[in-house]
Amino acid sequence: MEFLMCIIVGILFASAVYLILSKSLLRIIIGTGLLSHGAHLLLLTMSGLKTGAAPVLSDNVTSYTDPLPQALVLTAIVISFGVTAFFLVLAYRTYQELGTDNMEEMRGTESHD
Amino acid sequence: MINLPLLPILIPLLAGVILMFFPKRIKAQRTISIISTVATIAASAVLIAEIRQNGIQTLNLGSWPAPFGIPLVSDMLSALLVLTTGIVTLAVIWYSIYYLEDEYERYFYYIAVQFLMVGLNGAFTTGDIFNMFVFFEVFLISSYLLIVLGGKKAQLRESVKYVLINVISSALFVAAVAFLYGVVGTLNMADVSVKIAELNDPGIITVIAIFFLLVFGLKGAIFPLYFWLPGSYHAPPIPVLALFGALLTKVGVYAIMRTYTLFFYHDTGYTHMILGVLALLTIVIGSIGALAYKDVKMIIIYNIIIAVGVILYGVAVMTPDGLEGAVFYLLHDMIIKTALFLLIGIMMAIAGSSHLKSMGGMIKEYPWIGWTYFVAALSLAGIPPLSGFIGKLLIVRGGFDAGEMIGPLIILGSSLIVLYSAMKIFTNGFWGTPKEYTGAKAHLASRLWIPAAVLMVIAIAYGVGAEAVRPFITQAVEPLINPAIYIEAVLKE
Repeated sequence: MEFLMCIIVGILFASAVYLILSKSLLRIIIGTGLLSHGAHLLLLTMSGLKTGAAPVLSDNVTSYTDPLPQALVLTAIVISFGVTAFFLVLAYRTYQELGTDNMEEMRGTESHD
Repeated sequence: MINLPLLPILIPLLAGVILMFFPKRIKAQRTISIISTVATIAASAVLIAEIRQNGIQTLNLGSWPAPFGIPLVSDMLSALLVLTTGIVTLAVIWYSIYYLEDEYERYFYYIAVQFLMVGLNGAFTTGDIFNMFVFFEVFLISSYLLIVLGGKKAQLRESVKYVLINVISSALFVAAVAFLYGVVGTLNMADVSVKIAELNDPGIITVIAIFFLLVFGLKGAIFPLYFWLPGSYHAPPIPVLALFGALLTKVGVYAIMRTYTLFFYHDTGYTHMILGVLALLTIVIGSIGALAYKDVKMIIIYNIIIAVGVILYGVAVMTPDGLEGAVFYLLHDMIIKTALFLLIGIMMAIAGSSHLKSMGGMIKEYPWIGWTYFVAALSLAGIPPLSGFIGKLLIVRGGFDAGEMIGPLIILGSSLIVLYSAMKIFTNGFWGTPKEYTGAKAHLASRLWIPAAVLMVIAIAYGVGAEAVRPFITQAVEPLINPAIYIEAVLKE
């Protein structure tokens, strides 16, 4: 299972890099979304996926799944959700103001020589 | 007072929440921001006194014992940084009151500044690597708001890149934490250090070290990850730029300092060599930029990059002198960069443009601003007895102690370039024939000057009173040289 997850993480990272390198702003944002998903899955996988009972304290169970990565990944998901929402609004506003979503046309700063 | 380390995080957090209830009432916003910042400064001053007497202060949140819960760890280094953050923020808020238009202040500016302070103080204080990520996000989200506020074309264009870079580096941060957790199975920074020492597997630790360098290097703008900085920092107005330049890059530097002295100190041959080389390249690139531009903002922005290189070189050599110099220079740079940004902000307010071509002869009408700038420029370059000198002296001496020649020489050479680039602003802006100035805010110049002058007084006192400051710096460096002090304070066994 861990092996499969590692491959999925790799695919997610690769597609994220591909999307982030494209010119369209929307594709870039989707790329950052995939990148954070990849990172979250990685975090979840790194401690071993299901190694024991659910992490709820009860008698006669000695081996528990590590609950910490789940807590971490929840925090990270919430943060990346908020940031992606902000990024989408920012991209829309930028599109309205600049009239383009092409990164090629957004380069440089004006007049410093 | 067991909760003391928490106060510098809690006070701005509360103030930020309270401010959210009436964003349109500017007077109340200003007053409460200033009160909260002063209270934060007071709390961190008490904290420093406490640490000076009783050593490192720790607080286990929710009373979970050390390796399991999230601890807040205030050693002298983080307490000094928290204090400096407070001072810088106070000066910038004071300056913003006059500098920014009312429209600006009505749209959550002060709230964002308060939350920026929450994130920074948290990142400086936390003793848990994942919690550090969370606090990074707190100040990053505030900085997204600050950089885009105003909604000018250039701002929107640059904020897209700024947000993108930081989202990527956050994802890498999570990945780096994942690898670290997979290897050592703990997040408490002191415990991580212990486990890494027990693990004794330098190969995988080196990989993780480079991963962290990538993450924090993107934040701290080291070569070759600095590319986003000049463009992004050029867009927002001066008070925001001052906050970013003085504080945001420095938290990346602090994180490198912390992780490279606490986690990755076992196999310094490889990681610290890379860090050292990158630091020197950062200095060179920053110098080239500082020489090339004739735009006052850009010149000082590239000086940020030079300073990051100088500080990290002090960390990379890992000698007591080098580290002490790095801490000394870090604090100096936070104050002096803010002062410089505020001063060139006044020049831009007078001239109505940031290009040197539109300036000249300002010393006639604004002698005080001119001379304050002059002292700030000398201090930046490190002319004794001003504050930049001692830090650079220690870093260079640390470099020579470590048996290196090229590094210290590059730093000494960069001082000349820093001096030249800063003097370029002085000679072109303040000397020469006075021009007709059309800046809309020119009449505010003397009011804007006061916060900058206050910062300069602090900077001069910091340099001249180095003898009195030195014991604090020495105490700040102790846990960096000997991680056992830090570990013992957190784990207490």
